[in-house]
Amino acid sequence: MDLLYFTEQPMSTYPADKGLEFGATALMFSNEHFDPVSGSELYNNYIEQYKLAEEVGIDGIMLNEHHNAPFCMQAKANIFAAILAAITKRVKIVMLGNPLPLAENPVRLAEELAMIDMISRGRLISGFVRGGGQEQLAAGVNPAYNRERFEEAHELITRAWTEKGPIRFEGQHYQHRVVNPWAVPLQKPYPRVWIPGVISRETILWAAQQRYPYVALNTSIEDTKKIWATYDEEAEKYGYMAGPENRGYLIQVHISDNEEKAINNARQFRWMQGEFTGLAHPVWSTPSGYSSPRNRRAFVEFSAGLRENPRGRTSFEEQVANMRIIAGTPDQVVAKLKIILQETRPGILALWGNDGAVSQEDSLTCIRLMGQEVCPAIREIAKELDLKSPDEANAPVHLKYSTDLRTSSVAAD
Amino acid sequence: MAIEWKEGTVNTAGTNVRIMEAGSGAPTLILHHDIGTLDRLPFYDAMAAQCHVIIPTHPGWGINSERPEWLRSVRDIAAMYRMYLAGRGIEKANLVGLGFGGWIAAEMATMSGHDIGKIALVGAMGMQPTEGFILDMAIVGYLDYARAFFANPSRFTDVYGEPTGDMLEGFDLCREMCFRTAWKPYMYSQTLPHLLKNMTAETLVVWGEKDTVVPMSSCDRYMTSLSNARKEIVAGSGHAVDMDKPDQLARLVSGFFNA
Repeated sequence: MDLLYFTEQPMSTYPADKGLEFGATALMFSNEHFDPVSGSELYNNYIEQYKLAEEVGIDGIMLNEHHNAPFCMQAKANIFAAILAAITKRVKIVMLGNPLPLAENPVRLAEELAMIDMISRGRLISGFVRGGGQEQLAAGVNPAYNRERFEEAHELITRAWTEKGPIRFEGQHYQHRVVNPWAVPLQKPYPRVWIPGVISRETILWAAQQRYPYVALNTSIEDTKKIWATYDEEAEKYGYMAGPENRGYLIQVHISDNEEKAINNARQFRWMQGEFTGLAHPVWSTPSGYSSPRNRRAFVEFSAGLRENPRGRTSFEEQVANMRIIAGTPDQVVAKLKIILQETRPGILALWGNDGAVSQEDSLTCIRLMGQEVCPAIREIAKELDLKSPDEANAPVHLKYSTDLRTSSVAAD
Repeated sequence: MAIEWKEGTVNTAGTNVRIMEAGSGAPTLILHHDIGTLDRLPFYDAMAAQCHVIIPTHPGWGINSERPEWLRSVRDIAAMYRMYLAGRGIEKANLVGLGFGGWIAAEMATMSGHDIGKIALVGAMGMQPTEGFILDMAIVGYLDYARAFFANPSRFTDVYGEPTGDMLEGFDLCREMCFRTAWKPYMYSQTLPHLLKNMTAETLVVWGEKDTVVPMSSCDRYMTSLSNARKEIVAGSGHAVDMDKPDQLARLVSGFFNA
């Protein structure tokens, strides 16, 4: 099992009253409320957290990227990946993920990621995402072509990584006449690609078709099982049997030396009024063309107030009861995570430890307890349940490098 | 007298385009807004009482409108409509362009040579404003955006009725098509101001006094580029003069066409 530490890197000092006054805390919420003095402090706190995570034996650091909102200060995932490449020695640098459609030049991404892989001596996990609706608007890229751009950018990047250059690429959305980067990844054929997601069916299918692990982001146990069912069925069509090495799971887990403090800090997971990407107009998070056509009707009715939020909203207490948020002492946390592992069987487990205004001291305590007490126990459970990570299972980096496909399958065809 | 509308489809550039048609006389193409169009509007009826009105649904703009996946620009739509007119043997059609439809009409005019009648551009997109910006629909909800078309937002309900699932779904489809064809630069062409300079067909540029969607400076830019144009500002009207002041617009436009 691969065990990862995650924080959104919240801009926890933004003036919450101003956000409530404005009515949104994403996209259009003015950056006049971003204080670079505290931003500078916070970034350095997060670096300290990551160093500790490595020190206490956590397997990897999960990074992500979001824009225009206080809930996440990682305006460029590659920046922190590069920092970790230089200041850490052992941890996997797990990018979940680079929002490909935001790139007007995917070749540049291929170069940067190759540099990170080489500088880290082969520790990069290069996850890719479509990026949320708000990210498209923040970057000025067309949401209507989001999925197409994602798939095309992925193709361009992996070809840049694996084909002898110079090559020429004439796609629908990306056209590059000289692809010849003098930076190629150390890991061969290329760094593992993991695909995080929530409910998008098309993304699950696509990940299964590539044989890339899908990392379910804090979904309920029930929804997670549905995701695996979709993935597994598609894997079957493509000639392989999916297992824990194809599955990842992110869960909000705060660990402290006492339960009361842990629960108090865990309330910070809902610091953005329960909307983890900040309060936003629905058409910002789901611009036209971004979502699957099958969701169109439900979404437009919800956006105009004719229908409840299809994703629903549950209280903190309900989330704790359903183990969407886990908070407690190491023993308490391990007991609950054991159930999660038994139910969802992932080979990758990302523990989202800290959010909002959790103090640096408490964040570090959480990381320490995570690494020194929770992770060793989880590794034992993972062994019992045979939950192997992609590396442990020696899984192929992509479907086309498989050596175990059933001869009659879509892939074989 | 009640206007009898005929509905049909015509295959143009491989896409089935829905057409509503009524009236007789001078062929007049009315090109609708970016938010789509209702089938029947008082403005359309008023025009159909005076001339042969043809109203295509821009391809993909609405629930039952076939989407050409290859469509990439407003100029593509203009080219399709030019081919449609040629295919029907309609020469020197008058054009009425409403908002986004005005941009299409302007592009059509630059492709027409002598095969053009008169043109009415009403609150037309297509020209980058020198002051202010064209309202970005991406950051505004569907209903808020449509309401912004009226000087008084409550007038939206008078024209459209209470929101329904079909209405909202239609708005989303239209919005998606706008993104697919007019995302960047947003709702204007960098080349149109230059292409229009040699377009000599008589043009009427109409603008709602209270247009908060396309700034008045876009109107002024149209007037600067067009060599044979006059301007009419409609007092008390928002962006959608056709829906805000239908009688007045019908009088202005048909008066202009008949002069």
